[in-house]
Amino acid sequence: MARLNTPEELLTFRQEILSRRDPNNPCISICAGAGCVASGADEVIEAFGREIEKQGLAATVTTKGTGCPGFCERGPVVVIYPEEICYLQVKAEDVPEIIEKTIKEKKVIDRLLFEDPATGEKAVKESDISFYKAQERTVLCNNIKIDSKSIDDYISLGGYSALAKALGGMSDLEVLEEVKKSNLRGRGGAGFPAGRKWEGSRNAPEPIKYVIVNADEGDPGAFMDRALLEGNPHSILEGLIIGGYAIASHEGYFYVRQEYPLAVENIHLAIKQAEAYGLLGENILGSGFDFKVVVHQGAGAFVCGESTALMTSLEGRAGEPRPKYVRSNIKGLWNRPSVLNNVETWANVPLIINKGADWFTSVGTDSSKGTKIFSLVGKITNTGLVEVPMGMSLRDIIYKIGGGIPEGKKFKAVQTGGPSGGCIPENLLDLQVGFDELTKAGSMMGSGGMIVMDEDTCMVDVARYFINFLTDESCGKCVPCREGLRQMHRILTNITRGKGKKGDIEILEELSETAVEASLCALGKSAPNPFLSTLKYFRDEYEAHINENRCPALSCKELIAFCIDPEKCTACGMCRKKCPVEAIDGEKKIIHIIDQEKCTRCGTCFEVCPAKFGAVTKISGEPVPDPVPEGERTITKKSRKESK
Amino acid sequence: MSDIQFEIDGIKVAAKEGMTVLDAARQAGIHIPTLCHHEKLEPFGGCRICIVEVEVKGWTKLVVSCVYPVEKNIIVRTRSEKVDRIRKTIIELLMAHAPDSPDLVTLAKEYGAQRDRYEKDPSFCIHCGLCVRYCAEVTKKNAIGFVDRGINKEISFVPQIAAIECNDCKECFPLCPTSYLQAAFVLTQSLSFPSSS
Amino acid sequence: MEIDKIDQIIDKHNGEASSLLQIMLDIQSENSWLPKEALGRVSEKLNVPLNRIQHIATFYKAFSLVPKGRHKVHICVGTACHVRGATRILDTVEEATGIKPGETDLDMKFSLETVNCLGCCALGPVMEVNGKVHGKMSPVKTSQALKTYE
Repeated sequence: MARLNTPEELLTFRQEILSRRDPNNPCISICAGAGCVASGADEVIEAFGREIEKQGLAATVTTKGTGCPGFCERGPVVVIYPEEICYLQVKAEDVPEIIEKTIKEKKVIDRLLFEDPATGEKAVKESDISFYKAQERTVLCNNIKIDSKSIDDYISLGGYSALAKALGGMSDLEVLEEVKKSNLRGRGGAGFPAGRKWEGSRNAPEPIKYVIVNADEGDPGAFMDRALLEGNPHSILEGLIIGGYAIASHEGYFYVRQEYPLAVENIHLAIKQAEAYGLLGENILGSGFDFKVVVHQGAGAFVCGESTALMTSLEGRAGEPRPKYVRSNIKGLWNRPSVLNNVETWANVPLIINKGADWFTSVGTDSSKGTKIFSLVGKITNTGLVEVPMGMSLRDIIYKIGGGIPEGKKFKAVQTGGPSGGCIPENLLDLQVGFDELTKAGSMMGSGGMIVMDEDTCMVDVARYFINFLTDESCGKCVPCREGLRQMHRILTNITRGKGKKGDIEILEELSETAVEASLCALGKSAPNPFLSTLKYFRDEYEAHINENRCPALSCKELIAFCIDPEKCTACGMCRKKCPVEAIDGEKKIIHIIDQEKCTRCGTCFEVCPAKFGAVTKISGEPVPDPVPEGERTITKKSRKESK
Repeated sequence: MSDIQFEIDGIKVAAKEGMTVLDAARQAGIHIPTLCHHEKLEPFGGCRICIVEVEVKGWTKLVVSCVYPVEKNIIVRTRSEKVDRIRKTIIELLMAHAPDSPDLVTLAKEYGAQRDRYEKDPSFCIHCGLCVRYCAEVTKKNAIGFVDRGINKEISFVPQIAAIECNDCKECFPLCPTSYLQAAFVLTQSLSFPSSS
Repeated sequence: MEIDKIDQIIDKHNGEASSLLQIMLDIQSENSWLPKEALGRVSEKLNVPLNRIQHIATFYKAFSLVPKGRHKVHICVGTACHVRGATRILDTVEEATGIKPGETDLDMKFSLETVNCLGCCALGPVMEVNGKVHGKMSPVKTSQALKTYE
């Protein structure tokens, strides 16, 4: 494959690719993202390959393993073009039927379609599915169309046209001005205006500058960047090269977490492919602009997602953050001007250059322009990745797109912003997503993690969970974070175990203030947020734990007990058989009793007791009722009739 | 180099570019408490007890004076209700590790810190880093370093190096505010030094 | 681990001190743990003090200073899995294997780690063994799955 030496050659090449592809020929896209692979997508891809071979259709039908389209709850996801027919939860066994009915006979297979749970209506096209309808998938839309390992696919969809436009027709200053005008704010959590950050670096006197992709997505429950890195790596690379051009940097870095091996692989491949085509390296597209990219893997440290810690890690050291009194866009990596931006931020850059800042600012709110990708997970019907315009309400995301809470449970809170964020209760669900509104309510949008919680989630445990996470992930350098979190964790754990004391809440608040005001970096400064927000909106839960030894959500192991209602038990024996520690005593027609000493509160009995009996109950804050005396344990028709 | 003029606790001070607020305060004879600071070492910014209020263009913020660069016309306050409250908490948190450290006891008196406010931790290292940094920056032997992170962070001698270098040096010993360093050395010596055969 | 192999890895990264983490990651993935001799060799060739290597090897959780078991069990404790009951799954694994996260059992059969988000949140709670993801786990399914590993 020859190098592309000018923007015109890229254009010609793109037309060549398109002319070789007949848009009427069926193209089967199968999501090969991590979630779908875990549900068997690899077998589905293989099955398609085999069946097409067998049927002799290889000349006209193509299949490709693609990036994640976001509907993870219903994977493996298959989309058949050109009709855009979307099949969900596809298994390898379904493949012959799909080839026969849909590819050959052009008929739709009803049972594989999406069915709207409210109306029962089936949706044929991907765009008809209610999960997707309210979304605006500006950045993610190409994931399902691209074979993530093919640069030609990316180019065929217009890839690298933004780079050609920037290098061929705009000055570096013009590129910078366009990004500034777009008001693009960082998607990694801090929301700093990207254009301003770039300008600072561009104007810094030091000639050697760096541009860095922060692909160390560490927030637990967030996998937006993963979908982009694995599914559409070229979109990020293109943005990075454009950024390099804008600030006169000739060296870029990808810092990818090693827990994403497929992302590391696809980024390396994308770079090789771009270099082969002359889209990376020396004299890109004949513009005279040189740019090279190096990939570094993370090694398992959440704190390395913090920009100064990431740069320290790139220098081959332990990822300890540095004070930000001198900004890293002036003195960053190796003390040189460094622009560090999140994966999603970079992915927006080619779109802004191609379609213009005015297009970008037409979506979103005054302060938050564009779209944002969220990972909608937890107690939600439609788990997956969603991309919505800034300004959409949490309620719309959770109910219109997410399909609400499963199993008829009641919504309790939505946690946003990862360990730096907080919980938003039901009465605030009309808040708009964006950089400012959620922060005012005590949380933050963060990188996009959105974890939905229901009535069974204990909010004190949520605070304990995040503090626990941070005690291990903190770099440990400064006292307010290391020692503050150490003590906060101790106290919160005690509270969840019924050992809370009066005054604990006040001590936690004091420690929170110290961490917020005096920590060295954003990890420490935002660490108390989950505690502070759960205290603000769910103070009653803290007080119940401390004052009554009661967990209102019936979740904290040490504060709950399982017992069998003698009136409802039919001695079916299910609980006794499944109990992993043999803590249930009973026989046929003998009321079953749980031995509280042996019980480990795993909850298995609660889950396996048939719904029609519902004899196992969970209690908290009250003593376990005395067991039925031995003599009265036999179930007879008479004893049941009497109790009715 | 021109003087950078600003104010600390109502006193006008002049400093050179590149100095920190702590440097300028010391030069002017104004006291700010420190635990992890040492003239021979690069500023660390770990203990945070040198925290001060800085007012810039009407906005007040809290900064750590040992790393904050001097700026023209800022107003620095080394004591305030908030500063004192934070210092008190820092001292109490450290006393959960080393309640008998003379430096901490003195600071506790000044700030009304309670020795037993927090549950005690078995390790009496307060992570000032003086030992690690001295051995890296001054004697340049790198015989001791940090290991792990977060609440599991500790100091740890490198046995192969410590066995050769430390007995004739021990310059870091007097720096340790809690004597944890000496205890760690003795333990490493008896358990981990390579045998002389 | 052979000195040659270690030298090869170092040379692949041009012996640069800034690639220290990448070099150690390559050794870790080649050998599944970092022997003391390997670290000594890296320190020597890159002219990086041992205390810095010691810090890095313990700071970053991708590294192991002890050999790992035959089967690497990773329990996701990300927020989404946590909310769906990951703690119970972890308890079950600890009980079944006798080890806690970060440990390897005496038979070198299982090594247990907790991980924060594998990106399979729709299948939570998730257990990954040797790279294979087991989704929608319950305590019962977990014990059963573990029994299938020799």
